[in-house]
Amino acid sequence: MLHTDMKTIVKYILLDLFKNKTILVYTFILAVLAVSVLSMSGNSSKGLLSLLNITLLFVPIISILFATIYFFNSMEFIELLLAQSVRRKTMILAEYCGVASALSIAYLLGVGLPSVLLNYSPASITLIFSGIFLTLIFTAIALLIFVVFKDKTKGIGAAIITALFFTLLFDGLLLSFIYSFSEYPIDKPLLGLISFNPVDLGRILVLLQLDVAVMMGYSGALFKEFMGSVIGSVYTLGCMSLWVLIPLAASVRKFKRKDL
Amino acid sequence: MISITHLTKTFGKFKALDDVTLHFERGTTISLLGPNGSGKTTLIKSILGLVIPEKGSIIIDGDEIRSNVSYRSRIGYMPQIGRYPENMTIKQVIDMIKEMRKECTVYDNELINGFGLTAIQHKTMRSLSGGTRQKVSACLAFLFSPDIYILDEPTAGLDPLSSELLKEKIRKERAKGKLFLITSHVLSDLDDITSHIVYLQDGKVMFYNEVDELKRSTGENKLNKVIATIMQEDLLIDATY
Repeated sequence: MLHTDMKTIVKYILLDLFKNKTILVYTFILAVLAVSVLSMSGNSSKGLLSLLNITLLFVPIISILFATIYFFNSMEFIELLLAQSVRRKTMILAEYCGVASALSIAYLLGVGLPSVLLNYSPASITLIFSGIFLTLIFTAIALLIFVVFKDKTKGIGAAIITALFFTLLFDGLLLSFIYSFSEYPIDKPLLGLISFNPVDLGRILVLLQLDVAVMMGYSGALFKEFMGSVIGSVYTLGCMSLWVLIPLAASVRKFKRKDL
Repeated sequence: MISITHLTKTFGKFKALDDVTLHFERGTTISLLGPNGSGKTTLIKSILGLVIPEKGSIIIDGDEIRSNVSYRSRIGYMPQIGRYPENMTIKQVIDMIKEMRKECTVYDNELINGFGLTAIQHKTMRSLSGGTRQKVSACLAFLFSPDIYILDEPTAGLDPLSSELLKEKIRKERAKGKLFLITSHVLSDLDDITSHIVYLQDGKVMFYNEVDELKRSTGENKLNKVIATIMQEDLLIDATY
């Protein structure tokens, strides 16, 4: 019962989202950027790095903003379905699955397809994984924002702040941390701190696959030095999975007792 | 059929429902009246399990609603604001709800045909006017011939013709022994279909009585006159259970 209800809702949410203009434009822009970046630069890892930066810039903010707005706009629809004896857990997870799969498919078509066709390498595959994970993570955070905030405007504000915090502010704080404690052995605490930013995790996951890791900043070098590629990748993937699961579990818990 | 006892719900400091005790029987049409913020929607949402009350219980046909969600499949709910995913067509919305209720195989298509929705079934929800969306909501509420209908401001956005059609349908289903809970601001709309009135104010039940009795005791014939008279004289009749 839980399973079939969920499949039905996800199916219809996807039918709605595949006709959604924002999703279509998002796919298109990602595709244009990916194709141009990959075909322009002669060096394949240079092209991949540009694509990584595009992913880290666009995916978190678009995913969290789009998902938050979509969830809030679905409020009345969610109420209607709950009144049809759909269980709350089923409903909220179905909303998440619908939006997360639509955004993931957009990323796969926009970035995944061009990079597999134009620049197939293990690093490209890792980049696709990283992008999908970021989509799942920021959609899960959006779900949590939707469940916590009652008001749509406040929710969108929280989504923007969260995205900016992880994409811009966090690295700034990290730098000032490194700067003020440069006299001390801070390498290990730094590794721990990086785990608190999914965007950094996404970056490291790809950098570990590239030879340029050492060139690409402190965090990449640290990871390579301390854990090597394999353990570093496993650790990063584990952290990213937690970044999906914890917001999701918190959302389900809170939504079960929420007044709609 | 529905027994509500000592239902209390607060939002922060605001008491939306304050010790509400009501009992609704089959074959009646109950109008929930009261000013804005009097707790009408909170009461409806509590019955649907969308709002979780702090105190009190709601029992539908002997079952406490918190123990099981399946009671909701016997309720047809028409929300006040019908918002649907923008790019879904009318047909997709109806098909989706049908898929969610696989156990039901006989559909009541009377309203769908009456409102002429089949002719425009491929239009997307975004392109529909507020009134047409309201019609879709009404059709969904009646689709599975439930025992209990909960209609939140059903006629607010409808044109007079459609409004008449809906009221005719309500009368017909009620004659079959169904229970209707209706909220509305437009009192004159409810004149000829209501059998009982619940008047809420500040989350409390001010009175719950049969329309005929209210009319007799106030000497008025129109519903809004009846209410006005009661309010003026502060003539509070004890709820009859």
